[in-house]
Amino acid sequence: MLKINNLHVKLEEEDKQILKGLSLEVPAGQVHAIMGPNGSGKSTLSYVLSGRDGYEVTEGGATMDGEDLLEMEPEERAAAGLFLAFQYPVEIPGVGNMTFLRTAVNAQRKARGQEEISSGEFLKVIRAKAAELQIDADMLKRPVNVGFSGGEKKRNEILQMAMLEPRMCIMDETDSGLDVDAMRLVADGVNALRSPDRSFLVITHYQRLLNHIQPDVVHIMSNGRIVKTGGPDLALQVEDEGYGDLLAEAG
Amino acid sequence: MSEAAVQTKDVTPQVSGAPKAVDALQARLDALSLPGGGFTASARADALARLREMGLPGPRDEYWRYTDPRPFNAPVPQPIPIEAREPDSPLFLDLPRLTLVFVDGAFDAAESDDLSLEGIEIDTLAQADTGADHWAKGLYGVLEASGQNPVKRPFAALNTAAAQDGVLIRVTGKPSRPVHIIHRRAREDADVTWHHVIRVEEGAELTLLETGMAGARSNGVIEADLAKGARLHYIAAKRAGHQKLGNAHLFARVAAEAQLKSFALSVNGTLMRHEAFIDIVGDDAVAHIAAAVLGDGNVGAFHHDDTVFVTHGAERCESRQVFKKVLKNGAEGVFQGKILVKPGAQKTDGYQISQALLLDERSQFLAKPELEIYADDVQCSHGSTTGALDETALFYLRSRGVPKDRAVVFLVLSFLADALEEIEDEVLRGQINDRLEAWLTRHGNQ
Ligand SMILES: Nc1ncnc2c1ncn2[C@@H]1O[C@H](COP(=O)(O)OP(=O)(O)OP(=O)(O)O)[C@@H](O)[C@H]1O
Ligand SMILES: [Mg+2]
Repeated sequence: MLKINNLHVKLEEEDKQILKGLSLEVPAGQVHAIMGPNGSGKSTLSYVLSGRDGYEVTEGGATMDGEDLLEMEPEERAAAGLFLAFQYPVEIPGVGNMTFLRTAVNAQRKARGQEEISSGEFLKVIRAKAAELQIDADMLKRPVNVGFSGGEKKRNEILQMAMLEPRMCIMDETDSGLDVDAMRLVADGVNALRSPDRSFLVITHYQRLLNHIQPDVVHIMSNGRIVKTGGPDLALQVEDEGYGDLLAEAG
Repeated sequence: MSEAAVQTKDVTPQVSGAPKAVDALQARLDALSLPGGGFTASARADALARLREMGLPGPRDEYWRYTDPRPFNAPVPQPIPIEAREPDSPLFLDLPRLTLVFVDGAFDAAESDDLSLEGIEIDTLAQADTGADHWAKGLYGVLEASGQNPVKRPFAALNTAAAQDGVLIRVTGKPSRPVHIIHRRAREDADVTWHHVIRVEEGAELTLLETGMAGARSNGVIEADLAKGARLHYIAAKRAGHQKLGNAHLFARVAAEAQLKSFALSVNGTLMRHEAFIDIVGDDAVAHIAAAVLGDGNVGAFHHDDTVFVTHGAERCESRQVFKKVLKNGAEGVFQGKILVKPGAQKTDGYQISQALLLDERSQFLAKPELEIYADDVQCSHGSTTGALDETALFYLRSRGVPKDRAVVFLVLSFLADALEEIEDEVLRGQINDRLEAWLTRHGNQ
């Protein structure tokens, strides 16, 4: 599904290299986790994949289903099925959550040549999905993320993901800031979306989320590269020992 | 203002000093036909005398520092094709309301509704001014005159002297429908002077809507007098004529416990200046004035100036100014806003925000916020910001599949939201929002 090959990325405005030859492949239906110390480039990777401005790819590339991701506009990547749950979801005063989401859903459908969803149908679906994530109706009416608590914002990201039904979901520290119960809700939400043709790339610092969302593969990222790849045990090892030995071993 | 004008006020115009300024004023007056007036006759004569004393604003005039008064000074406006405007259908059409239609500034009874409505008395100025007496006699030109201090507003005095027509509304109850004043154009070169007087009696309430474009050039004055506990909600959405040229003035006197809320939507326009002079004279009164302005330099030159003066002269009053401008392709925005708190106006709560969203680097916004406070127990704040679109928010929306143009529309509406919040009625607010959205969508990718 997602193939990243020897990706080198620097900041557009500065001479600062952040990704330094990152390679990774997430096959359809799998859940991959990325762990790694602060500043290793995890969020940068998620931004570059989803098309944020300000980065320059100097070498390598990334494809989704064989198509060059990096050539597409952010909205085209979204319509192609890519989704990023932000580490810091953005507040947008004056734009209602519902209006925003319905616009997004319909824009994607239109881009894919599908018919728009009626407002009645949309309402029905969003209410059901919001209820599963324990997001109350009042929050849906409020402006996007405005006045939401940290945990509410993260749950709102998962609601958007559930509504947009992407095939490649990147989640950047969705677990940070969630209480134990909210983490379970989010994990349930993700697990409900798991299917043979949907993949996940889960960026996290904590093993706990991975107890709920069993990854197929765990990658350790450091200094702009994947330095080690293994099974779920690797996450346990990080939790127990920290990154010290792992990184030393990787050189 | 101009000394020459002062010297010559009782003499024939051409004499001493700088004859040019006087000539210019005389030429301006000659191009208008000044009505003698019935009940307004003495107010008109007084206004003319005030105007001769002040003269027209010149380039060195401090209050006109950011806006060139010359197109307002010119004897006649440039003609503007009637069709040079946005293609929107008129606002508020489907709402219950009482409409008054003015064509090139003159009341058109055949196009208007029957003016009788419970709780309100409506006359039109030109018609009422054939008589010597009217309830509006104590107000016409009076609030304008008191708004000439401390800053001169020559075009308002000119308006009082020259006004052709307008509405005179006295509200005694709570009319069941809003009153809607609609301006239409017939002639390409009409130079329109309209003047409304609104008196809201104790405890009475009115929602007043005003839409349309009055002429190739327009000069408007509203004098609004709110008695104790009165409420006036004024919403103006002037038709988006591409090259329009106009100035409008709102003079309001707000008595105890009264509430004034004014919102203006301005879209396009070569040169627009909106002045508000709000005099809060009774305790526990509230005055909010807000505006949302959209300018695209590609449609023609765009310059929009909001100049506001709020005076707190009583205790525990609240004032709020929310001015938002969205500018692109070399559009220019100006905000001059002042809050004056007089001695004894304790517990004043004064707030002022002026913000511009610049959609490119060629556009500019000039702001001059001022506070002048002579009471010690007050809370006043002002802020002014100029910024570009928030790139993070733009990316967030696009990453959800919202196309860039649409995402920009969302963010601009988000920027304008606080100003629109000042429209209490949800339906009216929704229609204004739709109008903004349509403009933004049309002007999206140029
Ligand atoms: N726009 C930017 N300007 C300057 N430095 C940047 C910018 N974006 C990223 N960086 C730097 O690049 C490095 C990688 O940042 P990134 O946010 O990708 O790390 P991360 O792995 O997500 O960290 P964390 O675990 O703390 O979220 C950091 O050193 C960061 O300071
Ligand atoms: Mg990060």
